[in-house]
Amino acid sequence: MFVPVKWLKEYVNINIDTKTFADKMTMSGSKVEEVKEVAKGIMGVVVGKILSITAHPNADKLVIVSIDVGKEKLQIVTGADNISEGDYVPVALHGAELADGLKIKKGKLRGEVSEGMLCSQEELGISKNLIPEELKDGIWILDQAYPIGSDIKEVLPLEDEVIEFEITSNRPDCLSMIGIAREAAATIDTKLLYPEVKINEVDNKAEDIATVSIEDEDGCPRYMARVIKDVKIEPSPLWMQQRLAKAGVRPINNIVDITNYVMLEYGQPLHAFDIDFVKDNHIIVRKAKNEEKITTLDGVERTLKNNMTVIADPDKALAIAGVMGGEESEVTNNTQTILLEAAYFNNDSVRQTSKELGLRSEASSRFEKGLDPNLVEVASKRACQLIEELGAGTILKGAVDQYPKVYETKKMTIRPTRINNLLGLNLTTEEMINILEKLEISAKTKENMIEVTVPSFRIDLDQEADFVEEIGRMYGFDNIPATMAKGNITVGGRTNEQTIEDYTKKILSNMGINEVLTYSFISPKGVDKIKLGENDIKRNFVKLINPLGDETSVMRTTILPNIMEVMERNYNRKVEAASAFEIGRVFIPQPDKKKKLPLELKRLVMGMYGEVDFFTIKGNVITLLERLGITNYKFEAEKYNPTYHPGRCANIILGEYNLGTIGEIHPVVAEEYGIGSRTYCAELDFELIIQFARLDVVYKQLPKYPAITRDFAVVLKDEIFVQSIEDIISKMGKGILENYKLFDVYKGDQVDQGYKSVAYTLTFRHKERTLKDDEVNKVYNKIIDSIKEELGGTLRE
Amino acid sequence: MEQKLRALEEQAKQDVNEAQSTDALEKVRVKYLGKKGELTQVLRGMGSLSAEERPIVGKIANVVRESIEKSLDQAKLHIKNIEMTAKLEAEAIDVTMPGKETKIGRKHPLSQGLDELKDIFISMGFKVAEGPEVETVYYNFDALNAAQNHPSRDMRDTFYINDDVILRTQTSPVQVRVMEKMKPPIRIISPGRCFRNDTPDATHSPMFHQLEGLVVDKGITLADLKGTLEVFVKKFLGDHTQIKFRPHHFPFTEPSAEIDATCFKCNGDGCPFCKKSGWIELLGAGMVHPNVLKNVGIDPEVYSGFAFGMGIDRLVMLKYGIDDIRLLFENDMRFLNQF
Repeated sequence: MFVPVKWLKEYVNINIDTKTFADKMTMSGSKVEEVKEVAKGIMGVVVGKILSITAHPNADKLVIVSIDVGKEKLQIVTGADNISEGDYVPVALHGAELADGLKIKKGKLRGEVSEGMLCSQEELGISKNLIPEELKDGIWILDQAYPIGSDIKEVLPLEDEVIEFEITSNRPDCLSMIGIAREAAATIDTKLLYPEVKINEVDNKAEDIATVSIEDEDGCPRYMARVIKDVKIEPSPLWMQQRLAKAGVRPINNIVDITNYVMLEYGQPLHAFDIDFVKDNHIIVRKAKNEEKITTLDGVERTLKNNMTVIADPDKALAIAGVMGGEESEVTNNTQTILLEAAYFNNDSVRQTSKELGLRSEASSRFEKGLDPNLVEVASKRACQLIEELGAGTILKGAVDQYPKVYETKKMTIRPTRINNLLGLNLTTEEMINILEKLEISAKTKENMIEVTVPSFRIDLDQEADFVEEIGRMYGFDNIPATMAKGNITVGGRTNEQTIEDYTKKILSNMGINEVLTYSFISPKGVDKIKLGENDIKRNFVKLINPLGDETSVMRTTILPNIMEVMERNYNRKVEAASAFEIGRVFIPQPDKKKKLPLELKRLVMGMYGEVDFFTIKGNVITLLERLGITNYKFEAEKYNPTYHPGRCANIILGEYNLGTIGEIHPVVAEEYGIGSRTYCAELDFELIIQFARLDVVYKQLPKYPAITRDFAVVLKDEIFVQSIEDIISKMGKGILENYKLFDVYKGDQVDQGYKSVAYTLTFRHKERTLKDDEVNKVYNKIIDSIKEELGGTLRE
Repeated sequence: MEQKLRALEEQAKQDVNEAQSTDALEKVRVKYLGKKGELTQVLRGMGSLSAEERPIVGKIANVVRESIEKSLDQAKLHIKNIEMTAKLEAEAIDVTMPGKETKIGRKHPLSQGLDELKDIFISMGFKVAEGPEVETVYYNFDALNAAQNHPSRDMRDTFYINDDVILRTQTSPVQVRVMEKMKPPIRIISPGRCFRNDTPDATHSPMFHQLEGLVVDKGITLADLKGTLEVFVKKFLGDHTQIKFRPHHFPFTEPSAEIDATCFKCNGDGCPFCKKSGWIELLGAGMVHPNVLKNVGIDPEVYSGFAFGMGIDRLVMLKYGIDDIRLLFENDMRFLNQF
């Protein structure tokens, strides 16, 4: 809401500077977004009268104007074509400064002396989109004979400050000058001065000419029509145009400007019909028929539905109630008699209609927030008063007022003790009443309580809590002390799951892997790119019905496509190496229709390329699991996962559970993402990780007795996994084997083709005594024998 | 005999002085003190001496041996020092060559910001609560007192799965879920992802992060809300930070306020960062609306509470001077490596 300060001062006496005023308004609940200064820099522009216009000898498109600026007559060369002899126009003299900072100097234009410049509205600080159509590309022709030579800023209210307020959705009443003035008066503790509204009606009664019937009382609880005859359409006076433009509304003509002016002043939208286009002068407010057509003011034909309210005559719809008028009955330069509508339309109905038609207007945006039903009368009268004052028409006596559903004033009681308890204050009942009355809420004590009468313009005040806010904000939130909550002790903290998640992030980042965050919604094509099978359950998505685009249209069932996109983006940007992980949720539709929400399960996904290989990511996973206290799992080769290299992929198996999959991304998948570097990923089921993680540490005594080590190397077939050797070592070494370590794998000249040599160090130790060579040898020999027997290995000497 | 010994001593010391390395010294030691060394030989020859001479010569021989040993030790130390110096000189490296890279990853800046916030609130007695990202209309809007026609319910603002199910637009539904399950006293924060139907640009993202807090107990006041947030803001932005409570409107709180803090770049003097205002919008907050309490079966006549919420993305962007929210979700390693 743009509020020109000079206009506001008509309703409220503001005797502090605008900055202080703006701060006070912000702190009482009307947030000021910005204070703009208008036409501040303009200097040296005066009123001039055009004496003569002659052709320029050297240029077809220019003319030479002789102009009287009071002290002297000037010659000015201009390209404007909307000027005539006798026009009063703003003239920038030599040395003048315009709104955009431009300085005007004497000079020659195509050989002819030009001693100044004739100004357009834009040059005097009015935004292009707010300039009336007829003056858009020309010089500002002033509306009357202002004293020649006087400073333009003295005769026209150009200079001003405009405050932009942010109006919250609960305060539609503040979308008006008077609404803001009411808040201002309460804030700076002064009185609100309402305009004195009175009209000199003529004898004929409006009701003898026009009739109104409301068929749709829910959609339109009140409709008031007035009739104005002898209408004279012309531009409105500059003072009105100036106010409208500063408030962000473009001046059109006197009648339209007056309806807009009253809308800005009171918040009540009005509409004027050319009564010649209203059959039988009879207005019917009814529901539209399905498929009923109307061409609105913007020239677009609209197809209506039977839940929309229209203003009609006996034959056809004339306007869409509260949204936009029809083109046919629009006021034109030929209009002689007007039917002026002031109505209260149901906010939900207007919102629905506006939404369904995709048509929003200044009127609809006000109606849909909810208006004061009692505004209808005063706004209608105020418009007629202005029509009279501006000589735009003659007002017929009275109004046709249909008001089938009369608004009932709400009364309620509120408890001062309760209000103090919620605010943490100790105000007296009188103090509270005083605050409420400043806001024009009448209040009186009733036993230990306060009885309040809710004014019709405050549709937001519905229960005690709303009054807590009114009293709090007007007392000043900043005057309320800051205390710490009393009452029961609570212990803060994270859940076990949260602790495990945070710890996991810490471990992974400590290993040099960056955490990434990616969208929860993905493209359904993501699962194609990672080559999931056609019947893969991960193709069953939770779908958005109004996504931003296909790229973000389904909730992810796997984070792998997200991680691959991160790899892709980094690769494309020539980032040499990337390591990333994300812990996030996947969304699994529930087959059970009674369950509205999908399952949300946590997954950990890692991806990396650069100076890494399969064993890098495997090492990362192992370290992570080790730090999380997860043991007894195995890596099992996985040949059939379509996302991964069939020879470089493994599942991590813990008992009957699959903790996840790691591997090198299949070259076909890598190609889908355009990644030319070998890429490694791991997908872990974080729900299982949480289930198996054990973060509690129990100290184990350091060994007291010495260890005995034995090294060996065996030669066996290349395709045998070292896991088989390790299974045997673990099984046979049980009891005294402390650990084993693979330290060498060799393929080459020293061993036959198709074979490899694998070397291990075994460490033996007994907890309670020093081991003897004999007992170690016994176990060691059993291990070697089993490897020979079960795996066909030969000991390498 | 004695003269022989003295001569030997003299000779030995000379040899010691001439020795240039540890090895040479060892040879000197063997030559005089070894099993077949010259001094040893002399001592062996003592058997032929008379009983009177023997102790005297023995004494002299011992003095000579100690003297030789002593000069040997001194020389050894000296040579060792020289050798060490030479070795170290030979081992000198170009210390301006690059260090070996230790790779350390980073938590995402948003996670780091969240961690910091969580820790502050945990220290103030708050538990961390989580809830679903795909949420019902009931929990996201109805239970939170959002009018049936509230614009935020519009498809232009909210992503819908179907008429009843949406992507949560705030983490407040978690508060409702907690209040349904827990009886007061309640003190929780609910951080997490939220979604709004915004086309991504420098300041908008269809996915963003919020942290909301909720306190419900007997006798909770707006003054308590002010106190709690003041402590939080001072811990988060520093002790000197001032805050300002501006009245505002949210459906689920009444009264409602927006909280500004003095700009942490200019301390309130006004800079380009805070658009010259000296203040930065930080939080939304208010007293829990009695309708919300009623909806979850908590009697608003007995209990009262406050709630607050903030956008994490914006806070993190402000903190690090990030000018485009999309950077947070592009996950460029060169971006992430900075935090």
